[in-house]
Amino acid sequence: MTPISSAPPSQPLVIVAHPHLQLSRTNGKLKRVAANTQATVRDLYALYPDYVIDVEAEQRALADAQLIVWQHPIHWYSAPPLMKLWIDEVLAFGWAYGPGGTALRGKDLWLVASTGGPEDSYRPDSYNRYFFDAFLPPFEQTAALCGMRFLPPLLLHGAHRADDATLAEHARVYEQRLRSYPDWPELAELDACPSCIVPKTARPAEVA
Amino acid sequence: MEHGNWLTGSLVYLGAAVLAVPIARLLGLGSIIGYLGAGIVIGPWGLKLVTEAQDMLHFAEFGVVLMLFLVGLELEPRRLWSLRKPIFGWGSAQLFGSALLMVGVAWAFGVDMRLAIVAALGLAMSSTAIGLGVLAERNLMATTSGQAVLSVALLQDVAAIPILALVPLLATTAVQSDGGGWLAAAKAVGVIAAIVLGGRLLLRPALRWIARSKTPEIFTAASLLLVVATAALMQAVGLSMALGAFLAGVLLAESEYRRELETDLEPFKGLLLGLFFIAVGMSIDFAVVLRNPALVAAVVAGFLLLKAAVLWAMCRSMPIPLPERPVFVILLAQGGEFGFVVFQSAAGAGAVDSQAASLLVAAVAISMLLTPVLLVLADRWWARHLASASLASRTATLSEPQSAPVIIAGIGRYGQIIGRMLFANGITPTVLDHDSEQIEALRRFGWHAHYGDASRLDLMRVAGAARARVLVLAIDDIEQSVEVARMAREHFPNLTVVARARNVQHYFRLRDVGVTLIERETFDSALMSARSTLEVLGWEPHQARNLAMRFRSHNISQLEQTLPHWTDQAKLIASAKQGRQQLEQLFAQEREAASQQKARAGWGGLAPPAAASAEPGARRLAPDADAAAAP
Repeated sequence: MTPISSAPPSQPLVIVAHPHLQLSRTNGKLKRVAANTQATVRDLYALYPDYVIDVEAEQRALADAQLIVWQHPIHWYSAPPLMKLWIDEVLAFGWAYGPGGTALRGKDLWLVASTGGPEDSYRPDSYNRYFFDAFLPPFEQTAALCGMRFLPPLLLHGAHRADDATLAEHARVYEQRLRSYPDWPELAELDACPSCIVPKTARPAEVA
Repeated sequence: MEHGNWLTGSLVYLGAAVLAVPIARLLGLGSIIGYLGAGIVIGPWGLKLVTEAQDMLHFAEFGVVLMLFLVGLELEPRRLWSLRKPIFGWGSAQLFGSALLMVGVAWAFGVDMRLAIVAALGLAMSSTAIGLGVLAERNLMATTSGQAVLSVALLQDVAAIPILALVPLLATTAVQSDGGGWLAAAKAVGVIAAIVLGGRLLLRPALRWIARSKTPEIFTAASLLLVVATAALMQAVGLSMALGAFLAGVLLAESEYRRELETDLEPFKGLLLGLFFIAVGMSIDFAVVLRNPALVAAVVAGFLLLKAAVLWAMCRSMPIPLPERPVFVILLAQGGEFGFVVFQSAAGAGAVDSQAASLLVAAVAISMLLTPVLLVLADRWWARHLASASLASRTATLSEPQSAPVIIAGIGRYGQIIGRMLFANGITPTVLDHDSEQIEALRRFGWHAHYGDASRLDLMRVAGAARARVLVLAIDDIEQSVEVARMAREHFPNLTVVARARNVQHYFRLRDVGVTLIERETFDSALMSARSTLEVLGWEPHQARNLAMRFRSHNISQLEQTLPHWTDQAKLIASAKQGRQQLEQLFAQEREAASQQKARAGWGGLAPPAAASAEPGARRLAPDADAAAAP
């Protein structure tokens, strides 16, 4: 499914989640880069330092965007805790998935993540034991359940040790992608989002 | 006819006060000067709108009585007991020290001995009304100098009784009523005992009974009656009315009605005190002054200087912290309303001639008129001068320019927590407070603490307000806090103000002057207690936390919505009601949703028994949390 062509291209929405952004080289830089584009940046740890998420405001922001970016480091093979809480609360049943949950259908989700471990640690013979792809299905399926296309992630491995040139190049790609969306070469060959309809019977019946 | 008089009288007094006080405040002179000035203008020597100054003075003296009752309310018996040394020790030192010195000087100038004694005793008194009024206006009651002024004023009240008894004895017609003195003393002791016992045993049940009638104006009437009755009782046996009212206040200081009595009597006190100052202004006999201007000036200057000398010596040995000394000296150096009474009764008994008496009355009134002026001068010049003269002193007023990124104004319970947290994180804020003991204690721990009033622009400049980034506004006085916020916005746009609000009204007023980072001082701790309560009742701790957090954000957004019309009482109430309904609706919906979820198969057994019906606000479940619905 390609974006609806009749609608004007909307601003990408970048959700940033990093619990120690002041210590971060990569995500701090990427956030600044994103803020320089036309994208709307929502820094979750700055907006909700007490972990009290304004669900309505988040859903409004999502509804306005065609491209949704999750920009965060990978912690314990997953998203940082506030990002996870955001998924739990904002992608609500009946809004993002399930009966009547069509608010995100047809949108694109792009994961922009960094890992501390270098790329060659994500191998069966190294300490992370799996290729990095093995950790992506939860993200991919979260997108699919909401009817979103999961775009090829932008990853930076070994972020702690990345030299300035690598970092600058990474940031340049990020910026260029944000500016050029939806005209990315690889989008043409991307499959439409698989349909995942949650049947009514999947949930226990309501007792009157 | 009489009706008409009453009306014109009110018209003149109220009109004069309403015009003069705001003008005086605008000029930075304080309300007391405004009242005194209004009195002079409408009095016999001004526009002659009112002539019966003495009658008005007697009536308005009740304002002083009410004030002492309110002071008593703030002072529990235990604290009063701990003040016994300053009251009797320092109080007597001031009164008799000054009187002796003045008698000596007068005698040296060849003044008649009887006149010298009467004059010295009368002039040694200080104005309780102005003294305590200024302390309250400047929020200084709790400081060392405030307590010292109160102690001395209390002793003067006590001493007024024997002095007034003694003055007629000085009259040439020496020996009179023998034995009567003993009877009077017995009566006086009896009345005081009655007030103490009655206050302990009867007043509280009586107030409870009246409060139960749920008629607010009757409670106000009862409060007034209580003070009037005490005063009448005291006067009947020739004791100071103010002293009796003070005693009654102390006895009620621990009662549950303290706050209510305070709010009920406050406006009466304010108005009557204003009237009292107007009457003082009216009673200055300018004819006497104009006849001997040099003599009056010499008397005023002389007795102010002699008293100031005694007070300065007291300051040094008490000791009163250096920066607080000017206020202490000026407030007690002036003459007072007891002086009027002493001179009048002395003239009446023939101890002094009426010419001398009215000259002394004029001298006292002029000294009272000078006091607020002197205070303003001391603020601008003396305090600063003291600071530069005593750089070595530990508690100096702020003199060396500061450059901390944070200024904390007000370092009471609230400001201290903020300061400690900053300190623990390597930030040493500049602290301003008017409690010099607190300041000294903080300095011992290495803080940049300084004595001073944050509403003074020059002080804020020296405190580094032009370079600092944050002003933490933790002053407990609402008026002052709003004033400082306004000043900061006007003069230091670089400062972000982080403010403490005493209550919602304060919150609104701070918002009005552009402050956005405001915390109500009890709100968050109360929410924590609400959480604890829900937890004890069986709510999950995390659930209780979520509910509290959402209550909080709802409450704050509600408050912000009310902001545009917070001055409109009716709209305020309507919007508060609406907000409450919204929140109740929200919680009810969530309770409903939660109970439906629980009613589904597989959930009934999971609810904790203690919270069987108590799982409001359960979030709609995320996909993988619901085993039965795992997508």
